[in-house]
Amino acid sequence: MTEETITLEVTRYRPGHDREPRTESFSVPYRKDWVVLDALNHIKDRVDGSLTYRWSCRMGVCGSCGMMVNGVPKLTCSAFLRDYHPGPIRVEPLANFPVIRDLVVSLDDFMEKLRRVKPWLIRTVEKPVSEGEYRQTPAQLDDYKQFSMCINCMLCYAACPVYGLAPAFVGPAAIALAYRYNMDSRDEGYRLREPILSESVGVWECTFVGECSVVCPKGVDPAAAIQRSKVAGAKDWAMSMLMPWGGRR
Amino acid sequence: MSEARPQRPGLYYPKMPLTWWLARPGYVRFMIRELTSVFIAIFLVELLVLVHKVGQGPQAYADTAARLQSPGWMVFHVVALAFALYHTITWFKLTGVVQVVRLGDHKVPPALVVAGTFVAWGVVSLFILYWLLVRS
Amino acid sequence: MAPGKTMEPFWWSLFSVGGVVAAFLVPVHLFLHGLAIPLGWVSVGHGRLLALVGQPLVKIYLFVLIALPLYHWAHRFRFILEDLGLHGFRAPIAVLCYGSAIVGTVATLWVLIRV
Repeated sequence: MTEETITLEVTRYRPGHDREPRTESFSVPYRKDWVVLDALNHIKDRVDGSLTYRWSCRMGVCGSCGMMVNGVPKLTCSAFLRDYHPGPIRVEPLANFPVIRDLVVSLDDFMEKLRRVKPWLIRTVEKPVSEGEYRQTPAQLDDYKQFSMCINCMLCYAACPVYGLAPAFVGPAAIALAYRYNMDSRDEGYRLREPILSESVGVWECTFVGECSVVCPKGVDPAAAIQRSKVAGAKDWAMSMLMPWGGRR
Repeated sequence: MSEARPQRPGLYYPKMPLTWWLARPGYVRFMIRELTSVFIAIFLVELLVLVHKVGQGPQAYADTAARLQSPGWMVFHVVALAFALYHTITWFKLTGVVQVVRLGDHKVPPALVVAGTFVAWGVVSLFILYWLLVRS
Repeated sequence: MAPGKTMEPFWWSLFSVGGVVAAFLVPVHLFLHGLAIPLGWVSVGHGRLLALVGQPLVKIYLFVLIALPLYHWAHRFRFILEDLGLHGFRAPIAVLCYGSAIVGTVATLWVLIRV
C-alpha cells in the first residue's frame, strides 16, 4: 500500500558553484505527526545527503532551525506537515540574511549586534556572596520576564522589513534583550546600553510594523520592547536638552 | 545605509523587491496604516483653508464651502474619514501595547487600557460636537 | 547623552504627539466639516464660526489640531519613502518632510493670528 506523500520545494545553493539559489522538489512521506524538520531529515537521510540545514533540540527551545516555510519565518521543528496539507511546502533559508549554503544563513550580523547590546547583568559593584542573593518581587520579575524568553532564533529579523531594507538596523531581538536587561532590577547598565539603542539605526529605525512579534515563537513581543525603549529614549533626550549638566537616570 | 555593508565572497545576498510590502497581509495593513497620515494631512490643510476663508467674510467662506461640496471632494471626505478611523483604531490598539499602566502592584490588562482610550475618544468627540453645534 | 547626537528622538516625539491629536480629534472634525455640514445634516452660520475662531482658546485648539499632526505625517511619510526604495536619500527626504511640516506650522500660525 503506497503511503501518502507531500512535496517539499527546497532552496539549494552551493557557494562557488551556483550564482543564485534554485529550488529542488522532494517527495516525502506525509505523516500526521511529522514536522517540516522531520521531512528535511528524511530527505538528508534517504534522498540527498548533501542537503544542508541547521537543527538541534527539535522541540522549539534552541532556536537553531529557523527557516521560511511558505514565505513565513518558522521553526521547522514546530511546523507540522498536516498544517500545510496537501502542499507543496516551500522551504527557504531565513529571509534578510546572507545564505551560506542551501538553508544555512550567516548569523554574524546578529551575533555582532547581540554583543553590542551587552545582554548580561551589569553591576557597578558586584554584591559579595556573603551579602546574600538578589531578591525580586513578582512585580519586578514581571517587568522583564517575557523579554527573557528569547531563544535567538531570529525569526523576528526575517519578518522585519526594516532590517531587510536597512541591515544596519539593530533589530528586534537585540533591542528586546537590551530592554530585558534594562528592566531587570538587578541591572545597572542602562547608560552602557544607551549608545547602541540611541543611534539612528537603533530603536529609531523601527516603524512598528509589528511582524516581529507576530512570528516570535516564544511570545517575547519585541515590538513592545522597542516602542517602550523609544519612550525611554525620548525622555532621556528631553532631559539632556533641558538639563545638560545632570538628569542621570 | 543599506548598501554600506561589506559583502563576503561566496555568500548569496538576497535583495528585497520594491513590492516587499505586498508579500504578507501584515505588511499591507502596515502600509495602509502609514498612508492614513497622508489623508489626514490633506484634510488638515483643507481645514486651514476653511478657517482662513472664515476670516475673509461670509461670501468667501460660502464659495469655498461650496467648492468643497463637489462630488470629488465628498468622495475624498468619505475615504479620508475611513482612513482617519483606521488610524484611530490602530493607534489606540498599539497604545495598549506600549503603555504599561500600573495600579499599585498590578498591571492593568492592555485590553482594558485600550477600551478606556476608546471611551475617552467617544467623550471627546461628543464634547466637540456639543461645543460647535449646541452651545451658542 | 550628547545633545544633537541625533535628532531622531525629537522628531519621533512630535510624531507621537501628532498621532495622538490626530487619533482623538480628526475623525469628528472630518465627519463635521467633510460630511455633516456639506450634506446639510447640521448647519453652522458664518457669524458663529467667525466668533469662534476669534477666541484665543479656539485658536490654540486649532493650532494643536492642525499643526501637530503635520509632524505625524512628516515622520510617517519620510519612512514610507525610505521603505519604498529611497533609503539612500535619507537627508533630502527628511528635509522635504520635516520642512513641509514646519512650513505648514508657520502657515497655521499666520492664518490663526490674522483670522
